[in-house]
Amino acid sequence: MKKIELVIDGQSVSVAPGTTVLEAARMVGIYIPTLCHDPHLEPYGACRLCIVRIDGMRGLPTSCTTPVQQNMSVVTEDEEITRVRRGIVELALADHPSDCLTCVKSDECELRRVASYLGVEKKSLEHLHKRTHVADLDTSNPAFDFDRNKCVLCGICVRVCKEMVGLGAIDLCGRGYETRVSTFAGKQWSDTICQSCGECVEHCPTGALTPKRAVIPQREVKTLCPFCGVGCSIYAGVRGNRIVRVRGDRDNPVSMGGLCVKGRFGYDFVNHPDRLTTPLIRKEGVPRSAGLAQNVSVEDIFSPADWDEALSVAAAGLEEILDAEGADALAVLSSAKCTNEDNYLIQKFARAALHTNNVDHCARLCHASTVAAAIESFGDGAMSNSVSDIAEAEAIFIIGSNTTECHPIIARRLKQNIRRNGARLIVADPRRTELAGIAEKHLSHRPGTDVALLNAMMNWIVECGLHDHRFIDERCEGFTPFLENLKEYDPDRAALITGVRADDIREAAELFARAASAVIIYGMGITQHTTGVDNVKSVANLLMLTGNMGRKGTGFSPLRGQNNVQGACDMGALPTVYPGYQRIDDPEVRARFTTAWGIGLNDRNGLALTDMITAADRGTLHGMYIIGENPLMSEPHLEHTRTAITKLRFLAVQDIFPTETALLADVILPATCFAETTGTFTNTERRIQMVRRALNPPGSARPDWHIISDLSCRLGYPMSYPDSSAIMDEIARLTPIYGGISHRRLQRPDGLQWPCWDSRHPGTPRLHEHRFTRGRGKFYAVSYKPPAEIPSTDFPLMLTTGRVLEHFHTGSMSRRSRVLESLKPQGHLDMCGEDARIIGVQADEFILVSSPRGKITVKVRIDNNVPRGTVFMAFHWKESPANVLTNSAVDPVARIPEYKVSSVLVTKAAHVPPQAEKTIH
Amino acid sequence: MEVKILSAKFGIENAHLLEVAKQHGAYQTLDKLFSMTPEQVIDEVKNSGLRGRGGAGFPAGVKWSFLPKGLDKPVYLTVNSDESEPATFKDRHILVKDPHMLIEGIIICCYAIGCHHAYIYIRGEYTTQVRALQRAIDEAYEAGYLGETVAGHEFQLDVTVHRGAGAYICGEETALLESIEGKKGQPRSKPPFPAVVGLYDSPTIINNVQTIASLPYIIWEGADAYKQYGTERSPGTHLFGISGHVNKPGMYELPLGLPLLEVIDTVAGGVWKGRSLKGVIPGGSSTPVLTPEEVKTVTLDYESMAAHKTMFGSGGIVVLDETVDIVELVKNLIDFYHHESCGQCTPCREGLGWMLKIVEKILAGNGSVADIDLLRELCDNIEMKTVCVLSAACTMPVRSYLNKFRHEFEAYVADTAS
Repeated sequence: MKKIELVIDGQSVSVAPGTTVLEAARMVGIYIPTLCHDPHLEPYGACRLCIVRIDGMRGLPTSCTTPVQQNMSVVTEDEEITRVRRGIVELALADHPSDCLTCVKSDECELRRVASYLGVEKKSLEHLHKRTHVADLDTSNPAFDFDRNKCVLCGICVRVCKEMVGLGAIDLCGRGYETRVSTFAGKQWSDTICQSCGECVEHCPTGALTPKRAVIPQREVKTLCPFCGVGCSIYAGVRGNRIVRVRGDRDNPVSMGGLCVKGRFGYDFVNHPDRLTTPLIRKEGVPRSAGLAQNVSVEDIFSPADWDEALSVAAAGLEEILDAEGADALAVLSSAKCTNEDNYLIQKFARAALHTNNVDHCARLCHASTVAAAIESFGDGAMSNSVSDIAEAEAIFIIGSNTTECHPIIARRLKQNIRRNGARLIVADPRRTELAGIAEKHLSHRPGTDVALLNAMMNWIVECGLHDHRFIDERCEGFTPFLENLKEYDPDRAALITGVRADDIREAAELFARAASAVIIYGMGITQHTTGVDNVKSVANLLMLTGNMGRKGTGFSPLRGQNNVQGACDMGALPTVYPGYQRIDDPEVRARFTTAWGIGLNDRNGLALTDMITAADRGTLHGMYIIGENPLMSEPHLEHTRTAITKLRFLAVQDIFPTETALLADVILPATCFAETTGTFTNTERRIQMVRRALNPPGSARPDWHIISDLSCRLGYPMSYPDSSAIMDEIARLTPIYGGISHRRLQRPDGLQWPCWDSRHPGTPRLHEHRFTRGRGKFYAVSYKPPAEIPSTDFPLMLTTGRVLEHFHTGSMSRRSRVLESLKPQGHLDMCGEDARIIGVQADEFILVSSPRGKITVKVRIDNNVPRGTVFMAFHWKESPANVLTNSAVDPVARIPEYKVSSVLVTKAAHVPPQAEKTIH
Repeated sequence: MEVKILSAKFGIENAHLLEVAKQHGAYQTLDKLFSMTPEQVIDEVKNSGLRGRGGAGFPAGVKWSFLPKGLDKPVYLTVNSDESEPATFKDRHILVKDPHMLIEGIIICCYAIGCHHAYIYIRGEYTTQVRALQRAIDEAYEAGYLGETVAGHEFQLDVTVHRGAGAYICGEETALLESIEGKKGQPRSKPPFPAVVGLYDSPTIINNVQTIASLPYIIWEGADAYKQYGTERSPGTHLFGISGHVNKPGMYELPLGLPLLEVIDTVAGGVWKGRSLKGVIPGGSSTPVLTPEEVKTVTLDYESMAAHKTMFGSGGIVVLDETVDIVELVKNLIDFYHHESCGQCTPCREGLGWMLKIVEKILAGNGSVADIDLLRELCDNIEMKTVCVLSAACTMPVRSYLNKFRHEFEAYVADTAS
């Protein structure tokens, strides 16, 4: 694009069209004071400080709202401008408290900066009298405080919430001198729809919005958020050996500086007193089942040990079973919270040192169906596009993903796309989620009827002739049998199965098919079913049918749950593949790894996580080595899991906290968390980014790869790496899709997206651009099958489970973070008012929920976004573990459990559980 | 002196009803209108020299020609009926007494600019007016003057009435658009101007009620007939609202260009109670005041007002007799604009508040000369330094009072002598 030339203060400047005068001036280092400008927001022009003089323009236009023009001549400061600016700041300061020395905003206050730059005189302030209105502080939000007296009404917080977050929890209320930032109806901040992401706090130029317990860091370390799979880059602010503040990294292409409540305020777990700081060995004579007891303490069961002792116990335990029962009597659980380097080494340890392919991780519980199905449909088991495609798509179809709560920053990008470009949104979800509320079409289908719904949409697309013939002919195969199968799924029939009106199905189908570019986003609502693989294949079918693959604004977007669940899969922490999805049953591949690792390798496929539990229960699996996983909260049918794990002859757990699972172990090895290690995470869009050590490990905790190397040495398979970078070099040599990855290359702000074949390859933001990885995309004829369990007279309600925004998985991290735990200290079962009335329960009353597998007591929350006949629970709270109830039936191929559908009975609780009244620490 | 063009039907009983209005020529221009091309209509309006009657006096036909051509977006007309400027009471007469003249004008304008959906933004407090207007619109739909085919011609037009909620700022054209869109009424930064990016991001023409109501006459009688009235650069007639200390306050239709003093003396019956004149606010509260000396030479047109460093404004003339306390007046004035500031821009939000405090201080006898100077300084720092002209609507007249009646302020401050 042709550049625009202009002159600012006598300096020639050349900028892109559309740049504002303010931006142009800042580019060449000319400071123009502002209070209401924020580069992330649309121009606002309200503080009026950035006025300049422009030849040929009347008055003093604001530079933040004036676009550059060819040959413009700008003066940024003269006597009049300075006088006016000073007048404005005087007005802004006239009502402002003068407690700068004690204000936590300190040196970072923009008002102070502007005032001192302009040289406001004390005399003129005195002339304008002292402050007149004094408002009370709003301290109701656990994460931050609002002091209206320090607000300069720049509107940044309001605009951030509206434009960036897409929420609108606050607005400018009142008029003129009475204008103020207010929540809806002036309620306390905590009583509003605010999601506590703190974006307003981060952008506030003054001390009006400040984090609670604010401390200015000594230094900042650029690293990654450890929560979900979005992969937001952060600056961890460190003081001493603590993380005291976290802010988003504005150069990061995924988050663009944004963070959610977990990513900004969820870091107390790092320095929590519960962190494991020393190896622990179960005391002599204490049975494994002791760890199942309620309110048991770590000290009751374990004695501290040094590393030498603990590693010896671990090695001996494993060796004993190896010798007595053979390698396949052992299993290793790797962790989606650990780095790629850790995961690589863990699976190598299982395969080379323990000689078993029984290695898996929690992807089994979230996206195993995606990996299996997408490899069959496309040839790659990962998200095909980048987050930027979601931000550019013309239509977005979300099915089975509560994106706002589970992947908040992606939801934000999506909402920005709707707001800025008018993208059209369809949401299929039994519940009316936040995004369903703003969608053009919400299809509230019955849990487990996804195949019927998707097939009906495709039936109608074909009926209308809206399918992409050319794409299908040129790029796909298997279309004829697929088409034949679709005939059974006319919308009228599907309406009976799904409970969605046939016309709504038709309209949604047309909306999707008519868009020039469309993406499908999905989550656990698709994968966690006994038909998980079928569901994902149907998603793939719909994308291929409409030609929405491999182009800008299109693609297949399974959203990965854990920070590094993509990486853990990529690294081969799976029972059937080596790193890079290279199959262990391929003799050539196996030969290559045999050579590289210098040891003969087991050629039998290993057990999936869900099958390991069954094998332990049946007595065919005798020992487990569990790293950073907590099956005693995360597995379905927890009673069964507890029994199975208790039966093990040997259990070692490597973790950062004494989790429910760790309490059953023979030996616990303390590991580092993300803040104390260096390595890489791979986010949901296949982007490999650096995580950097910011703190020293607590006590004698060690990085996971370090512990594994030591243990491997003791088991007679020596491993020695100077640092995690050397591990990545080995990964690159053996994993073609990571062929060009090295820590050195990852110093760039945007990381690299795999496949990245060699050290010069730029990475691949979009898969399947000209051909599918498997050659042609394959259509599958998929038939609808009902869920494994359907409501009965004994268990009349359908329970579906998921997560909430403030917590993460089994809660071991988020429940140890003050802000997150304060926001959501208790579990609840969500139920619509009508069902509650029929059962005779009131809001916040304790109820008993039972399924054929167990019962729990929990509070009920009335939520009319849940359809009748369905109830919802999140699985984070150990006081009310939803997985006691869930069904352990699995998908026959992906072995993923059907967390999304089980049958329950809800009755009034006879008594209130003591722990339910627990107060927040 | 009075003429009856806009007010032709005002004296006729029940002229607000379609049946009566039609007997007196309502909608008679439509056949002629649809025999013309839109370009011809625009040219006729340009030729008439009709200037916007909302206060700024921008030529209406020229404004229409700013609409971008060939955009794939609808064009909107928004009729500004948020008549809220203190001392202004002209449009309300049209709305109540001859609403069909306005609707006919809307049809003409929409045909000229290619608009198929017009909005009338009406001041929330105008309850009688909104009833009369809505009734007339309903009648017009019923009779086929609005709807899918206007008067049987292949032209579709819908008209929606949108009521304000009591904010003066919504008379500012871009705040008005925000308000129609359902947002808080806050002015937008310009450019882009509404003709390019207006209502719902589409090209939009915003005209005052009186401007639009002038169109039927111009199309029916022709531009030349219209130009018979008024001056060369300010042609036509205007509804003037004369209030304050006169014997016969009221609304009068006059050609532009008449001497102000003569109008006060003959049309409005002169200053009341035999008192002498202290000053005249010529066109609504936001226009700078004229001294008796200036009143002698000024005429009621855009050019003469500009030459006297004030503005024609909305035609709301306020006559001030010798008993008026200028400082009290200024306080009242600042109080109004301060109360109506939307609060978006720092200088207006904070500045008008401080101006009010200062003038209250002066009135209470606690002021000083420095306060008078500070008031003046604040005017300079605020005026034209904001997104819209609301702050200038306050500071321009305040400055005029400070300049022309400084002695009255000084009389209040204790240290005048020193």
